Amino acid sequence: MFGRLSWAAIPFDQPVVMIASGTVGFVIFCVLALVTVKGWWPYLWREWITSVDHKRIGVMYIGLALLMLVRGFSDAMLMRSQLALAAGHAQGYLPPEHYDQIFSAHGTIMIFFVAMPFVIGLMNFVLPLQLGVRDVAFPVLNSIGFWLSAAGVLLVNVSLVVGEFARTGWLAYPPLSEVAYSPGVGVDYYLWSLQISGLGTLLSGINLTTTILKLRAPGMGYRQMPIFCWTALASNLLIVAAFPILTATFAMLLLDRYCGFHFFTNDLGGNPMMYVNLIWCWGHPEVYILILPAFGVFSEVVATFSGKPLFGRRSMVMATMGICVLSFMVWLHHFFTMGAGADVNAIFGILSMVIAIPTGVKIFNWLFTMYGGRIRFTVPIYWALGFMVTFAIGGMTGVLHAIPPADFVLHNSLFLIAHFHNVIIGGVVFGVMAGITYWFPKAFGFTLNERLGKAVFWCWFFGFYLAFMPLYVLGLMGATRRMQHYSNMHWQPLMLVALGGAVLILLGIALTGVQLAVSIRQRERNRDATGDPWNGRTLEWSTPSPPPAWNFSHLPPVGRADAFWAMKQQRGTAQDRDVKQTYETIHIPRNNPTGFFLAFFAVLLGFSLIWRIWWGAGLGLLGAIVVCLMQAWRTDGEIEVPAEKVAAYDRLHGPQEGVA
Amino acid sequence: MHAASPGRMSPEVTRTPSASAMWLRAISMTSTALMMASCNEGVLDPHGPVGKAEKVILYDATAIMLAVIIPVIVLTLVFAWWFRAKNSQARYRPDWEYSGRIEMIIWSIPALIILFLGGIAWTGSHDLDPPVPLTDSTAPLDIEVISLDWRWLFIYPHEGIASLNRLVVPAGVPLRFRLTATTVMNSFFVPQLGTQIYTMPNMVTRLNLKADQPGTFEGLSAQFSGDGFSDMRFDLVSTEAEAFKDWVNTTKAQGGVLDAGTFEELEKPAKADGAQTYAQVSEGLFDKISSGHMAAGSPQRGR
Repeated sequence: MFGRLSWAAIPFDQPVVMIASGTVGFVIFCVLALVTVKGWWPYLWREWITSVDHKRIGVMYIGLALLMLVRGFSDAMLMRSQLALAAGHAQGYLPPEHYDQIFSAHGTIMIFFVAMPFVIGLMNFVLPLQLGVRDVAFPVLNSIGFWLSAAGVLLVNVSLVVGEFARTGWLAYPPLSEVAYSPGVGVDYYLWSLQISGLGTLLSGINLTTTILKLRAPGMGYRQMPIFCWTALASNLLIVAAFPILTATFAMLLLDRYCGFHFFTNDLGGNPMMYVNLIWCWGHPEVYILILPAFGVFSEVVATFSGKPLFGRRSMVMATMGICVLSFMVWLHHFFTMGAGADVNAIFGILSMVIAIPTGVKIFNWLFTMYGGRIRFTVPIYWALGFMVTFAIGGMTGVLHAIPPADFVLHNSLFLIAHFHNVIIGGVVFGVMAGITYWFPKAFGFTLNERLGKAVFWCWFFGFYLAFMPLYVLGLMGATRRMQHYSNMHWQPLMLVALGGAVLILLGIALTGVQLAVSIRQRERNRDATGDPWNGRTLEWSTPSPPPAWNFSHLPPVGRADAFWAMKQQRGTAQDRDVKQTYETIHIPRNNPTGFFLAFFAVLLGFSLIWRIWWGAGLGLLGAIVVCLMQAWRTDGEIEVPAEKVAAYDRLHGPQEGVA
Repeated sequence: MHAASPGRMSPEVTRTPSASAMWLRAISMTSTALMMASCNEGVLDPHGPVGKAEKVILYDATAIMLAVIIPVIVLTLVFAWWFRAKNSQARYRPDWEYSGRIEMIIWSIPALIILFLGGIAWTGSHDLDPPVPLTDSTAPLDIEVISLDWRWLFIYPHEGIASLNRLVVPAGVPLRFRLTATTVMNSFFVPQLGTQIYTMPNMVTRLNLKADQPGTFEGLSAQFSGDGFSDMRFDLVSTEAEAFKDWVNTTKAQGGVLDAGTFEELEKPAKADGAQTYAQVSEGLFDKISSGHMAAGSPQRGR
C-alpha cells in the first residue's frame, strides 16, 4: 500500500534530528494557527499564493531563499562544529552516515534553494520595472515556476524527518549514487526535488528571457537597456541552455535507479564518467547563472551611489556576454585529475583562465565608475566594496585551480572549498544582500535600517575571512573535503578559527532578522515618499514605492541608458507638465491558482515516486495533467483597471516622473 | 613529517585590551600560525620532483596574479575613500563614463596576465602529465593501486607481493603507478609527493611520482566514496634501497596469499584499520579487476 514507507522511515532513535524537526514542526504549526486565528487565509490566498504579479513573486522567491538560508546554514554550523571536535581519535558527535547527509544537503540547499531563488527573485522583481513594462511575458508561468521551486524545497525538507537525504555529495556522482551503493531513498529525494524545482527554474528562465527580448519600454533598444537587464539576459540564456542538460542527466540516473538501465553503472557498458561530464556541462554555467546577476546588482549600486553612469558600459556588456559564451567551454576543469591527457587539460585550463579577462575588466569598470564620483557610503556600497576586495582574491585562487598541475594538488581539498565559498559568498551573497537593501524600499515603501545593515555587513565580511582563510591553509596542508574526522591534531586550531567565523556569520544572519523587525517598526520614519530614495538612474525609481499592480500608468519613453536620470535632468525645462494627462484602461493578469495546485500534485508525485507508492504517483501525475488542462481552457486571464482608477491612483501618489 | 605544530594559539591575555587591539592580535596570531603550519606539511612541503615542480607553479602563478590583485584592492579602497561624498577636494565628474585609453589598458592587463599564466598552464600540463614517465636514470618501480571500500591495496607485480593500507617504496626510485577501483571512485593522493589521480572502476589511470628522501608521508583518498571515506588513509613509507629489499624479503617470508578467494574478502566494505601484507599475488589480478572480470556482483551496502 505505502511502498517502502513505514514507521521505520522516521528516525525516532536520533535525538538531534527529532528535536530539530520537532521544533520546526512546532513553529510551522504556530504560524499556521496564527494565520487561521487571525483570519489571514483569504488575504494570503488573494494577495500572495495566487498572485501572478512579478513583484509579489519576486518577494516570495526571496522569502523562500532566506528561509532556506537558515536551513542550509544550520547544516554548515553542524559541519563546522563536528570538524572542530573530531580531531585525533575523537569522532565528534555526527557519525558518517549522518554527516554525509549534512554536507550533501548543505551544498544542494545552498545552491538550488538559496542562491537560485535569491537571484531569480531579484530578477523577477526588478526586470519589468527596469524595462519599463507592466509585467513579465508569461505571468502565470512565472507563478508556476515559483511554486515548483517551492515544491522542491518542501521535498528536500521532508527528507529530514521521513527517510534520509543523499549521502553522496551535492552532485551525486555515480557509481556511488547508483542503487548498488546508495540503495536508500536519499538519492531519490535528491533527484526528484531537483527535477521538480529544476523544471520551475527552466520555466522561469524562458519567461525572463522572453520578457527581456520582447517586452521593453518604447524606445528602449539593447543599447539603452540597463546593465542589470543585460546580466539577467545572460543569466537566463544560460538557464535555458543549461538546465535541460541537468534534467536529462538526472533522468538517466533515475532510469538507472528505477528501471535497471545502465547509463552510469559499472557494469553492462555504463559509464560513470559520462555523468561527471554532463553534470558539469550544467554545473559550470550554473555558477555564472548565479554570479552574473550579482555583477549586475553591483553595476547598478556602484553607479547609483557614485552619482555617475557606469564606466565603460559597452565593455561591460561585451564582458557579460563573453562570460556567458565561455562558461559553456570550461566544464572539464572540474576533473583535471581524471587523467584526460595533457592537451585536453591544458586547453580547458587556458579557456577557464580566459574567463578571468572579462571578469577582470568588470572589476576595473567598477573601479573607474567610482573614479570622479561622489560616493555615498550606504549599505549597498559597503557590500559592493566588500565584494570587490573579496572577489579579487577568490578569482585569483580560481585561476590557480585552472592551472592543471596546480589543480593536481589542490583538487577536492579544503582549498577548493575555500575558493568557491570565496566567490559564492563574496560574489553572489554579497550581491544579493546589496540588491535586497537597494530594492527593498521599492518593494515595501520604506528603507531598511542603515546601522543594522552595516552591522550585518561587517559580520558577513569578517565572518567570511575568519571561516575560510583557515580552510585555504588547511587545504594546502593536505586536508580534503567531506572528511568527517581527521587524525592531525594540529589542524584543530584552524578548524576552531573557522568555527568562530561561522558563528560570526550566524550573528550576521540573526542581525538580518533584527534589521527586518526594527525596520518594520520604524517604517514611518524611513518611509520612501518619492519612490526614488537613492537618487537612482533607472526606470524602477520613476514609480511610486511600492509600485501599483500595473507598475507604470504610462509606459515611459526611453531615449538613452540611465533613462530615469535623463528624465530628471530634463525635468522642468522644456517639458509641459500638463501634456499627457489622458489615461487609458490597463489590462493586468488575473490571479491564478494553477501554480499552487500544480505544486501540490508535484509534491504528491515526487513523494510517491521516492517511496515507490505507485498509486500516489499515478494520482499526482493525473492531478498535474488535469490542472494543466484546466489552465489551458481558461479564458478569463486578465482583469481591467479602468482609466479613472489609474488616474485616481496617480492623483494620490503624484504624477510619475518623466511622464508628467 | 608532521613537524612544528602551530599550537601556540592559546591567547595569553593578561590585561583587557581594547576590542580593536584584540582583533589585531587575533589576526596576527592566526596568520603567523597559518604560515608556520602550512609550510611544514602538505603540498607546500614537497619531498619529490613532481610536488616540487607543482609548488613552483603555485608560487609563480600566485606572484604573477598578486602583482595585479594587490594594486586593484588598494585602488578600490583609495578611490572609494578619496571620492567619498564628503570630500570637497575630490573633483566630481557626473558625466564621465568613457575613456578609450583606459578601456584599452583594462582589457590588456588581464589579457597579458592570462597570456603568462596560459603559458605556464600549457607547459605545466605537458611536463607534469601524470602518465608521462619521470626522466630519471634509475629504472622505475611498478606499483598497482586498487581502491577498495574503504581500503587501499598495493600490488608490486614484479616482486609478486602486495600490501594493504601501507605503501613501502625505495627513496630516489621513480614510481610508476597503475590505478583502478573496485566499486566507486576515489582519488589517490600523497600531498607531499604531488599529483593526485582518480581511481575508477573498470578503468586504469596512470601516475608517476618519486620520493627523494626516506620518510613517512601520509596518503589519502581525495574523492568522497562513502561512509568509510574519512579513514581511507595510508602511510607511504619511503626507505633506503637496501631497507626496501629487506622489506620485500620479509614480506615474502611472512606468507599470506592474495588470490580471487582472499580478494573477495577484501571487497567487502570495511574501515581502513591496520596494515597487512601478502607474500604471493595471483598472476594478472590487477588486470582482471580493472577490466571488470572480478566483479562478483555489486556488494549491497547496508543503509
